[in-house]
Amino acid sequence: MEMKLRASAGTMESSDAYVEIEPGTDGIKLQLESVVMGQFGEAIEKAVRNVLQELSVENANVRVVDRGALECVIRARVETAVLRGKGDAQ
Amino acid sequence: MSKLVNSIREAVALSGLKDGMTVSFHHHLRNGDFVLNMVMEEIANAGIKDLTVNASSLFDVHRPLLTHIQNKVVTGLSADYISAGIGRAISQGVMEKPVEFRTHGGRPRDIALGRTPIDVAFIAAPAADKMGNCTGKYGKSACGSLGYAFADAMYAKKVVVITDQLMDYPLQNWSISESYVDYVVAVDAIGDPKGIVSGTTQITRDPVGLVMASHAAKVIENSGLLKDGFSFQTGAGGASLAAAKYLKDIMLEKKIQGSFGLGGITGYLVDMLQAGCFRNLLDVQCFDLKAVESIRSDPRHQEITAMHYAAPGSRSAVVDNLDVVILGATEIDTDFNVNVHTDSNGYIMGGSGGHSDTAAGAKLSMIIAPMFRARLPIVTDRVTCISTPGESIDVLVTQGGIAVNPRQAELKQRLVDAGLPVVDIHELKEKAERITGKPAKLPKGDRVVANVIGREGDLQDVIYNVPVKD
Amino acid sequence: MIRSMLFLPGNNPNMLINGSVLGADAVIFDLEDAVSPAEKDAARVLVRNTLRYMDFTGCQRIVRINSTDTAYWKADLDAVLPEKPELILLPKTGTAQDALTADAYITELEEKLGLPANSVGLMPLIETALGVENAYAIAASCKRIHALFLGAEDLTADLRCKRTKEGREIEYARTRLVVAARAADVEVYDTPFTDVNDDEGIWTDAELAKALGFTGKAAISPRHLEAINQTFSPTLAEIDYAYEVLEAIAMAKAQGKGAIALRGKMIDAPIVARAQRTIEMAEQLGLDRRDAE
Repeated sequence: MEMKLRASAGTMESSDAYVEIEPGTDGIKLQLESVVMGQFGEAIEKAVRNVLQELSVENANVRVVDRGALECVIRARVETAVLRGKGDAQ
Repeated sequence: MSKLVNSIREAVALSGLKDGMTVSFHHHLRNGDFVLNMVMEEIANAGIKDLTVNASSLFDVHRPLLTHIQNKVVTGLSADYISAGIGRAISQGVMEKPVEFRTHGGRPRDIALGRTPIDVAFIAAPAADKMGNCTGKYGKSACGSLGYAFADAMYAKKVVVITDQLMDYPLQNWSISESYVDYVVAVDAIGDPKGIVSGTTQITRDPVGLVMASHAAKVIENSGLLKDGFSFQTGAGGASLAAAKYLKDIMLEKKIQGSFGLGGITGYLVDMLQAGCFRNLLDVQCFDLKAVESIRSDPRHQEITAMHYAAPGSRSAVVDNLDVVILGATEIDTDFNVNVHTDSNGYIMGGSGGHSDTAAGAKLSMIIAPMFRARLPIVTDRVTCISTPGESIDVLVTQGGIAVNPRQAELKQRLVDAGLPVVDIHELKEKAERITGKPAKLPKGDRVVANVIGREGDLQDVIYNVPVKD
Repeated sequence: MIRSMLFLPGNNPNMLINGSVLGADAVIFDLEDAVSPAEKDAARVLVRNTLRYMDFTGCQRIVRINSTDTAYWKADLDAVLPEKPELILLPKTGTAQDALTADAYITELEEKLGLPANSVGLMPLIETALGVENAYAIAASCKRIHALFLGAEDLTADLRCKRTKEGREIEYARTRLVVAARAADVEVYDTPFTDVNDDEGIWTDAELAKALGFTGKAAISPRHLEAINQTFSPTLAEIDYAYEVLEAIAMAKAQGKGAIALRGKMIDAPIVARAQRTIEMAEQLGLDRRDAE
């Protein structure tokens, strides 16, 4: 199921990540900022794309601002943003 | 007679400062200091170029210095500590000549030996009289100890005291005497009290910090060093202060009377003095209002010079009689080398200060650091910069376990026997990497932006520029 | 074995990822009071991921879900049950039926996930006057119940009295819960001490709870864990005495005696049972000095 709404999740606090997502038309467009870009930029991008794929999101504009979050935290924030964007959040 | 002159401009002119010379500053006013900026502006206005600035430390408040660097007013820099605001620009290559980092003990030693001669020292003084007797204990900008300024005063060719509290002659209870001073300038304000000393520092509420502090106190308790006559130094970081608090509880419970607390002094060490944990505090730098009040009023709390504190190669220094020091780290490698100069991205954001001096002197030097910060493991294969060599580090305390330097086998056994969570430093690295993932290696620059001079005066390591991405 | 349980706010990554090293025997991932309604969904996913990816070896995992009168509790269970937490803390349990409602849904999920029946325990949080009065019925409501847990903050609000440090106002609830739990043969945990800056008061409060018969105690600050862990651990004197009891019994058996006295006191079955529990605990905590010899 595709995204319906623009949505966000997470915070800008240390060890967290802030994720914004909106419906797109041309695949996944990912904009990533991270305090550990050099050390983990590629790993983060892979994790984000992996979560989107698991949730069957094929077209979306995604912005991730990472404040040194562990991968399980980033994955959680992306998932929550997607669920909110699909209107599935409880 | 009076040494008072009308302005900083006049003092600069009278001092005979010329192109290519060296000026010096101390950092007792920390991030509240106005003096370095005021002086450098007058120097720039006078058209003097190609100066070397030798400062005991530089803080973000000194960022106008970057303009003077760009304009070639300043072409050389020497300091024991440089905070991130200036450090970042240096890492990006703002200076042609590499910065020289020294230790708090190495700096006065090199000044005294004439290795780093100072032409004019500008000494910010919270209270001074017309002849230059001065102190940090009084005045609206009181900072307590002036420990780092003594070598500058004693060995510079010309000495200018700058104060915002002119006292009747003779000033009582001076720190630096008039016999070293050439000129005195009175200004409206030498600094912003809010940036000079902090108020009461609260014990950290960060749970990880508390766990580390509790481990640290137990390491000291079981080290065999905690007995009457015990001496101690700790930094002003949250976990270090919490460790001091736990240590105080242990000392009081076991009725142990230590000999002295050393270093940068905080209210926590003052509490320990007042509770009877120590007979004396030896203070090279006050960190908070409570420490300033104490050094002013309690004769057991004594000012010491940086030379007396930590200088290697002098007849003796207090660090040589230190039992335990608690220190921080941005990185530590599996050989226990510690980096406190750069962050994990390679940008300069600190410096040794007294780190390697106290680590070399103390019987037990302990690093407190979390297993990882912002997803970056603290333990690496090789630190970005060796600030303090691993041979002088004994223990690393993290929330995930305590690693003991293998050459301290007896200490390790003591800690194991006490039931503390002792782990191999390689295991600690792997444990952290299991949580964070393995960080990719960063590309290193190809130009040296700073030389780290070890406390013995040798070149210990170099810091490379951080390549700026397009 | 759980002496201490530490609450971790469910939507705070920094607390969650460090939860296993703070010194608690168990952590409680809180999806209820620590999470605002707008973030319930986010906390649920974050806690699920923490359970899935983080290593909590040596630290039991408890999830406080939302109460059965909210719209969240089933989704909470849906999210966390696949990660097999040891216990579910069920807030505002007032009746046996509340516990049975949660039990039925957990049973359904266990079946769906192929987990053994009752592999996830249930710990009703008793924090209303009704819950206190129904404590035994709740504790005995189903096999899944592992322990009762006293929540004094909500309870005192319900009782319309002030929560104090001394805790006179919860004396009845405390003793009532201990009796109910022991009658139903389940464990019982005391309410957290709430003044995080009072390093002395926590010792008094923990000692009181231990004296009343509680198994352990919850905490909202890691600073309280050491007091709780120490208070609820057997002392070395207790361990030594437990061994003496067992040795005396063994000797009596060998000599064919029925009853035996130790230190002038008759050793009967409850004393033996207690000695066995003490030694078991000491072994689990690594306090058993005889192992080392």
